[in-house]
Amino acid sequence: MLTFLMKRFGVMLLTILCLTFIVFWLTNLAPNLERLAKTQANNRMTDEQVVSWLDSRGYNRNIFIKYGEWMGLVPGWTNEINGVQAGRCIRAGETEGPKYCGVLQGDFGFSTVSQEPVSDVINRRLSLTGWLMMCTFLLMVPMALIVGIAAGMREGSKLDRGLSTFSITTTATPEYVSGVIFIAIFTSSAVGLKWFKGTATSAADEITFANFTLPVVTIALYGMGYIARMTRASMAEVMQSQYIRTARLKGVSFKGVVLKHALRNALIAPFTVIMLQFPFLLTGVVIVESLFNYKGFGWTLVQAAGNNDVELLLGCSIIAVIVVLLTQLISDIGYVFLNPRVRVT
Amino acid sequence: MKQLDWTGTIGTVLDPILIIAGSVLLLAFFAQMISSFIWMPSAEVIGAPVKRNPTDNILIVGKIALYVVVGVVLAYIIGGNLVATESKGIVERIFTQFRPVWLAMLLILALSFLFKSKLGLYGKILDNKLGLIGLCVVMFWVLTAILATGLCIGEYCTTPIVQYDELQQISGMKNKKPGWAVTGEEGKYYLLGGDVLARDVFSRVIVGSRTVLSIAPAATLFAFMVGITLGLPAGYFTGKLDTVLTFIANLVLAFPVILLFYLLVTKDIVETGIPMYLAAVLFLFPLIFLTILLTSKFRTRPGELALYLGISLILGFWVYLGLTFNYDPLGLNIFSMDPNTLNIFVSVVFVNAPTVYRIVRGLVFDIKTRDYVAAAQTRGESPWYIMLWEILPNARGPLIVDFCLRIGYTTILLGTLGFFGLGISSESPDWGMTINEGRKLLSVFLHPAITPAIALMSLVLGLNFLADGLREESLRD
Repeated sequence: MLTFLMKRFGVMLLTILCLTFIVFWLTNLAPNLERLAKTQANNRMTDEQVVSWLDSRGYNRNIFIKYGEWMGLVPGWTNEINGVQAGRCIRAGETEGPKYCGVLQGDFGFSTVSQEPVSDVINRRLSLTGWLMMCTFLLMVPMALIVGIAAGMREGSKLDRGLSTFSITTTATPEYVSGVIFIAIFTSSAVGLKWFKGTATSAADEITFANFTLPVVTIALYGMGYIARMTRASMAEVMQSQYIRTARLKGVSFKGVVLKHALRNALIAPFTVIMLQFPFLLTGVVIVESLFNYKGFGWTLVQAAGNNDVELLLGCSIIAVIVVLLTQLISDIGYVFLNPRVRVT
Repeated sequence: MKQLDWTGTIGTVLDPILIIAGSVLLLAFFAQMISSFIWMPSAEVIGAPVKRNPTDNILIVGKIALYVVVGVVLAYIIGGNLVATESKGIVERIFTQFRPVWLAMLLILALSFLFKSKLGLYGKILDNKLGLIGLCVVMFWVLTAILATGLCIGEYCTTPIVQYDELQQISGMKNKKPGWAVTGEEGKYYLLGGDVLARDVFSRVIVGSRTVLSIAPAATLFAFMVGITLGLPAGYFTGKLDTVLTFIANLVLAFPVILLFYLLVTKDIVETGIPMYLAAVLFLFPLIFLTILLTSKFRTRPGELALYLGISLILGFWVYLGLTFNYDPLGLNIFSMDPNTLNIFVSVVFVNAPTVYRIVRGLVFDIKTRDYVAAAQTRGESPWYIMLWEILPNARGPLIVDFCLRIGYTTILLGTLGFFGLGISSESPDWGMTINEGRKLLSVFLHPAITPAIALMSLVLGLNFLADGLREESLRD
C-alpha cells in the first residue's frame, strides 16, 4: 500500500510540474506578454516601449529561469525602475524582500488585475465555489443514485426506460443550455414565473433559496445523468449475479434483495465515477458562475485568462490540477477499500 | 397582419388536441414510474395472472396519448405544407421552410426500410424505437445543414431553408417577437423573431448548424484516428511505450478543458503558430494509420501495396498540406481552413484524443486474450496485422457507440467555446455564441437565446439516443 501511495504521489508531482510548466509557457508567449504590458502600462505603447517595459520587469528572460523563480528555486529578479528598487519579491512601496519567493515558499505571486496576493484572491473565491460544489453534490449524488438504482433493479422495464431516457436527456443538456432555459422560465418577466433570481451575485454574501437554486440545479442536472447511468449499469450487472438469484430463490422479497444484497455491491463502481466527476464539474462551474455572475473560482479563472493575469492564472490552474489528481487518487484508494477483490500491487 | 400567431387555421382544431394529449402523456409518464414501484406491469412478470393492474392501465393510456401526440405533430408537418399561405401560423410556416428536408428524410427512410435486412447494424437501428428517434433527429439536422441555403445539382436547385442571409440586418426588426412582419416586405415574417442586431433568428440558427456539423464529426474522426493509432500498440505491446503514452494521455486529461481552451484558442495564439504545429502533428496520424493499415494487409503482395499506398498517400498529403499549412501544390485550395477554425478544430481533437486512446487501449487489453488473436499469432502474422485486422474490427461495436456519443460531446464543447466567445468571429451564427449574445437580454427577450439552445440540445439528444440504440442493438448479437 505504502509503495503504491509513494508511486502515485511521485506521478502526481511529475504531472503537476509538467502541467504548470505548460501553463507557464503558454501564458508567457510573446503576444500574451505584449498584451499584458499594454493593459498594465499604456495601451498606446510603441514596440520599443513594450520591450523595455517587459525587460525591466524581468519578463524577457529564459522561460526556465522564470519558471524556477515562480517555483521558488531561483532567486527572484531585482531591478531599478524609475529610480525605485523593484523586484519579483519586493511588494510595491517596499524596498526589500526575501531572496526567494515562489510556490515552495508559499507565495503564489501577485495578481496584476486585482492588485492583491494571488493566495488571498484564490482563498476567497475558492470558498465561494466550495459552497456551490457542496450544495451541488448534496443534490446530485443522492438523486443520481436513486435514479440509477431504480432504473437498474429491473433492467429493461418501463421504469428503466423512463428513467434512462431522463438521464440521457440530462447528459445531453449542457449547463449553458439548461441554465439559459431555467433563467428564461423561472426568472424572466416574459414568462412571468418569477420564482428565482437570475443572478447569484448576492449569494456571495448570503445564500438564499431564491438566488442559489438555479445555479445548483443547473450543474447538478448535467452531472447527474452520467452518474445515474453508471449506477444503473452497475446495478443491472449485480442483479444478474448468482447470489441475487439464490437469495430470490430462497424466498427473500424483491425489496429485501435490492436493499440488503444488491445495493452495497452496486455502489462500488459509482463511487469511482462520483469522484471523477470533480474535474468534469470544473468546466460546469466555470460556465455556471459566468452565467449567473457568481464570483467564485470559475469566474476568477475566466477573468484571469481574459486579462492574462499570469500569476493568478497559474494559481488557478495549480489548484484545478491538484483537485483533479487528488480525486483520482482518492477514487483509486477508495475503490480498493470498497472492493476487497481488488489488490494493490 | 403585423404579427403571426403561433398556429394558423389548422391549429384551431389541432392545438386543443395537442395540449390535452400532451398533458395526459406527461402525467402518464410520471404516474407509470411511480406506480411500477407498487404494481409490476403484467408484461414483465412471466407466468403471472393476466389480470390488468393500475400500471397496465396507465401504460395503455400513455401509449394512446403518445400516438395522438405523434399524429398531431405529423398532421402539422403535412398540413402545414399543404394549406394556403395566408392561413399559416408560425409553426406551419417553419415546417414549410423545411420542406426539402422532409422530402429528403422521407426518401432516405423509405429506402432504408426497404433494404433493412441488407444494411447490417444500420438496418437494426430502425427496429429500435429510441434509436430510430435519434436517427431521425440527427438526419434532420444533417440534412438541414446540407440544404440550408439550397443545394444545386446542375440547373435544378432546392429551395433554401433560410429566409434571409445570416448577417442581414433589417431596420425596425431589432428584438422583435417571433412572427413579426418584416418592415417594407409584404407577406414576409421573421419566423422566430429578430435578435439584438435585427437579424433573423430562424435563419441564423439554420446556418449555425453548418458550423457545428462540419467541425464536430470531422474533429471526432481525427480524434479517433489519433486515439486508435496510439491506443492499439499501447494496449498490445504494453511495457514502456504504454507507460509513456498513458502518462501523456493522463496529463492532457488532468488539464481542465476550459483552461486549455482559454490558453489555446485565442487570436494571439494563432500568431505564434502553435495551432499549426499541433495540427501538423495531429493530422499526421490519419496518414500513419492508413499506411500501416495498407502495409500490414498487402505485405505479401508488393504490387498491389505500391498501387494502393501510392494513391492514398498522394491524396492524403495533398489534403494534409492544404489543411495544415494552407499550401496547395496544385493551387486549387479545395482543402483549406481559416486559422481560427483550424485552431478550434485542433484544440477539440487534442482534448478528445486521450479519452479515445484510453478506450481503445482498454478494449485491446480485453480482446488480445481471445483465441482468434492467439490463432493469428500462431500463423505468424505481424503484430500490426493482428492489431488492425483482427483486434480493431472486433472492437468496432463499442467504438461506433462512443463515436456517436463523442460527436455529441464535441458539439457541447464547440458550444462552450462559442459561449465564451473563444476563437470564433463575433459575427458567426455559431449556436454557443448566439446563446451567449442572447442571454444578456434574457429577462425580456427569450427567443434569441432559447432557439439555438433548443437546437443544440435536440442535436446532442438525437446523437445520444442514436448511440443508446446502437449500443442495445450491438449487444443483442
